[in-house]
Amino acid sequence: MTGAARSPAHGIEVQQTGFRVDLRLIADMIAPGARVLDVGCGDGQLLQHLTRNRDVTGRGIELSQAGVNACVGRGLSVVQGDADTDLRDYPTQAFDYVVLSQTLQATRRPRQVITELVRIGRHAIISFPNFGYWRVRMSLLTQGRMPRTPSLTHKWHDTPNIHLCTILDFTELCRDLGVRIDRHVPINSRGRVAPLLASNRLANLFGEQAVFQLSRRTDS
Amino acid sequence: MDQPIETHEHNREGFTVTLGKESPLKLDCGVELGPFTVAYQTYGTLNAERNNTVLVCHALSGDQFVASTHPLTGKPGWWHILVGPGRPLDPDRYFIVCANVLGGCMGTVGPASKDPNTGHPYGLSFPVITIADMVRAQAMLIDHLGIEKLFCVIGGSMGGMQVLQWASMYPDRVYTAVPVGTAARHSAQNIAFHEVGRQAIMADPEWRGGQYYLHGTTPRAGLAVARMAAHITYLSEAALRRKFGRKLQDRKEVTYGFDADFQVESYLRHQGITFVERFDPNSYLYITRAMDYFDMAAEHGGVLAKSFKGTAVRFCLVSFSSDWLFPTNEMREIVHALNAVAADVSFVEIETDKGHDAFLLDEPELHMTLGGFLSAAAERAGIGSP
Repeated sequence: MTGAARSPAHGIEVQQTGFRVDLRLIADMIAPGARVLDVGCGDGQLLQHLTRNRDVTGRGIELSQAGVNACVGRGLSVVQGDADTDLRDYPTQAFDYVVLSQTLQATRRPRQVITELVRIGRHAIISFPNFGYWRVRMSLLTQGRMPRTPSLTHKWHDTPNIHLCTILDFTELCRDLGVRIDRHVPINSRGRVAPLLASNRLANLFGEQAVFQLSRRTDS
Repeated sequence: MDQPIETHEHNREGFTVTLGKESPLKLDCGVELGPFTVAYQTYGTLNAERNNTVLVCHALSGDQFVASTHPLTGKPGWWHILVGPGRPLDPDRYFIVCANVLGGCMGTVGPASKDPNTGHPYGLSFPVITIADMVRAQAMLIDHLGIEKLFCVIGGSMGGMQVLQWASMYPDRVYTAVPVGTAARHSAQNIAFHEVGRQAIMADPEWRGGQYYLHGTTPRAGLAVARMAAHITYLSEAALRRKFGRKLQDRKEVTYGFDADFQVESYLRHQGITFVERFDPNSYLYITRAMDYFDMAAEHGGVLAKSFKGTAVRFCLVSFSSDWLFPTNEMREIVHALNAVAADVSFVEIETDKGHDAFLLDEPELHMTLGGFLSAAAERAGIGSP
């Protein structure tokens, strides 16, 4: 991987593998040989890793033209598109995994996006910054300002993040939508999986971000 | 290695071959055409596996001289920027084929060709052809060359229409398809511009009902006006402003007359006049008509996705931000249709102010995109690098 030299998106700590920590976790969740759609694939780091090392059939959607051009120039199958509007084109269960990393909070209709993700993929994997993280809470409480943390780096007036949520909020939405949570991995401030954060409330306080694996509930 | 290809007459038009001798080409209009001549050029060598062929499809005013000097104008090939050693379409890696389209005037049968039944040029008795007919003729050429499957079919504008038609009609014979600056159907606006061009040609008294060949004349003025009108649609307002603005042509002030006072007028007149030297006016009628009739969804109940159902072809679509002849949103419709059948598709829009013409020009993003897409696909297909 050449990714080690890249600056980490959203300021999240990059591990020795040269990967954003949530991408590394996501990559580990994906079975070799699977069909994967990466929604908001950026410059294609995850897709390239999966295609090269996991024998995955990968596709991507990316909003920024620069990201798309970089991906296609690297030989990845990526289209310019918008998670809010373009997911409905894809047939049901067309992919084994649909990935949405650090993008949900920037979508206009997170409910519809999640519903589409679990429709298109047998599994959906979503990572997002946790707004319930204690430093976020402290920053608002003690400074009275919109929080800025390593995973929330934008100022309030130029942030693309219009639908931030906490781990508890997200869990509740999944319940409302009848979406099954198959796995839930909170990540702490050092960018490592926090095994002690098994309880949702603790994860919501100490998890700086989270990775969820979801699927459509078959009985709903 | 040697090309195991029966070579034919190699003349001004490049290679020519007579096709449809045993079974004629059944055209969409119902007419059976054959035997008929197709003129083509090749670059590079067909490899032992016969899996490295790239078919380049040319646009309305293009021809088979994609990378070699044009025999009439002396200008470099129309896509020499993309085709050549070290370029995305490298003849050291690929066997590149480009054929003059059916209805054309650079050696393939068209309205200026002699009708074997009368001994005179066809004129308007030449059957009306479609994009699908052009592609069927190309498939016959590919058969003749002994090639089962194309590594890539690529083309811009009308060439892109042929690429889409290839992928739809012969999905098993196409590994990758690269339609550039095109659409799955010709828009009302585009048909309108074509009609202006055709009317200009037919309004020229020298057109003589399409049989000007017999009178030793040609509707030069009509064709030049058609080309001028069309050329405006290939540019963008921004490009015209950047290139010409309101600048005057070799004069300090306007002349209060109808000379080409403005540089943009002079430029368009030049485009019109030079086009007449190399293009048959009737070919212009037939080829624009083929584009007008193009509507891929129509033969599938209006659902474009059905044209690509179950396709294994890998697509790479490219549009240009300032192209208003084949705008990005029309390319996006193709992307949506391909997504609906879970096809392997890449789609890039390139930022440029050069309008539709950008596909013929030096656009580094285009080269990077095509280079990356093609070499990744070639690796998967097991085609060695040069």
